[in-house]
Amino acid sequence: MNAYISLDWFDLTLAALFLVLNAALSIWLRLGLARQLIIAAARMVVQLLLVGLVLKWVFGAVSLWLTGALMLVMLGFATREVRARQERPLAGIWGWSIGAGVMATVGLMVTIFGLTFAIQPEPLWSPRYALPLLGMILGNTMTGVALGLDTFLGALLREKAGVEARLLLGHTRMAAMRPQLRRAVRTGFTPIINAMAAIGVVSLPGMMTGQILSGIDPQEAVKYQLLIMFLLGGATGLGVLGAVLAGAWRMTDDRHRLRLDRLVPGK
Amino acid sequence: MLKINALCTGLIGPVDLELPAGRIAVLSGVSGSGKSLLLRAIADLDPNEGRVELNGRARGDFDATDWRRHVAFVPAESGWWAQGVDEHFQAEPDPAPLLETLGLGEAMHWDVARLSTGEKQRLALARALQMDADVLLLDEPTSALDAMAVEAVEGVIRAEAAKGKAVLLVSHDTTQGARLGDVFFKLEDGQVRDAA
Repeated sequence: MNAYISLDWFDLTLAALFLVLNAALSIWLRLGLARQLIIAAARMVVQLLLVGLVLKWVFGAVSLWLTGALMLVMLGFATREVRARQERPLAGIWGWSIGAGVMATVGLMVTIFGLTFAIQPEPLWSPRYALPLLGMILGNTMTGVALGLDTFLGALLREKAGVEARLLLGHTRMAAMRPQLRRAVRTGFTPIINAMAAIGVVSLPGMMTGQILSGIDPQEAVKYQLLIMFLLGGATGLGVLGAVLAGAWRMTDDRHRLRLDRLVPGK
Repeated sequence: MLKINALCTGLIGPVDLELPAGRIAVLSGVSGSGKSLLLRAIADLDPNEGRVELNGRARGDFDATDWRRHVAFVPAESGWWAQGVDEHFQAEPDPAPLLETLGLGEAMHWDVARLSTGEKQRLALARALQMDADVLLLDEPTSALDAMAVEAVEGVIRAEAAKGKAVLLVSHDTTQGARLGDVFFKLEDGQVRDAA
């Protein structure tokens, strides 16, 4: 097996040259992207350097409390992201709690499952395994949940007349929202289905590429990737379904009324 | 008979109103006075307070889905959820005779996308009538229709009242109100008053 090739700062600076080239092109062609590009790149550098430091510290400390605290912080950011990606989120605590509740339940459940039955590190909550696993699961679930909820709430807003027409004909709330529910769940599932279908043929996943580049046997890397993809697929599916159903519950009441007044007011 | 006591929704109410079986009540009022909101509240489609009774039985004793099968509301703007017109109708009772009366005998083979506003309006009325409700709440049911179609719809409304249905008709058209109405109400400043 090849030895792990360490990167120095000069290698990174060289790699960044292409980004600088893009910024220069943007200025030359007046695309107005240079500023955004440079800010995003700078954010990425600072965030990753900080994460590197934090992870080194947490991996060294091997503390259950510290690992738990970090998981909470990750969950907090994922929750914020889910709400931010919706055009008209649910008003009040519901705008946060559906995303947070679903991601906490599904994220922790699938992470614990993966650690207990598949990876089995010592100790079970070892931060070196638990944190990256939860991170990947949250990242994917977050995308699915945000897409699913945004599609669902947007569809209810646009298709209010159709939903209410069914309610007026004596349909139950779940029957009245069935087309919107189906579409939202499908939309939430799409990224993970596309990812699974294209993996290995069109794209090599980042985690696997990283493992291979750092000297791990490709077959071992593939096994890890399959494990991760199974867990991601399962978590995203459950998360999308849970979030959209919870949204449907909140957007109607026990008198089978559509409650668009429970969304954040439109601008 | 539909009996409404102290019904409040949004800025409307308290409203007291009685709709006897077999009669057509006409509700008028300027645009924005809340006529549609009042009908929505009676159908329990918006949060509201007050007491509504159908033939002596309180609305709260009905499951909401059941209530709407007894008190049918046809909004001014119809809603559709599937591609084919037929997907919006129940198989029983056969909608064909009514559609024929409304001049839409072929409509069950059509796509919703090709319907005109007037066709949608009549089809929405027809699918609501399939429920054989005790009360009909009709919001501007002929606003997009030509004279012939208006006559057909008015005939259907009269026939429903003759079958013993209580009808509450919202109409801007005062001559239509005069042609159809047995009792007349006006919604003004959130209150329902008798109108001559």
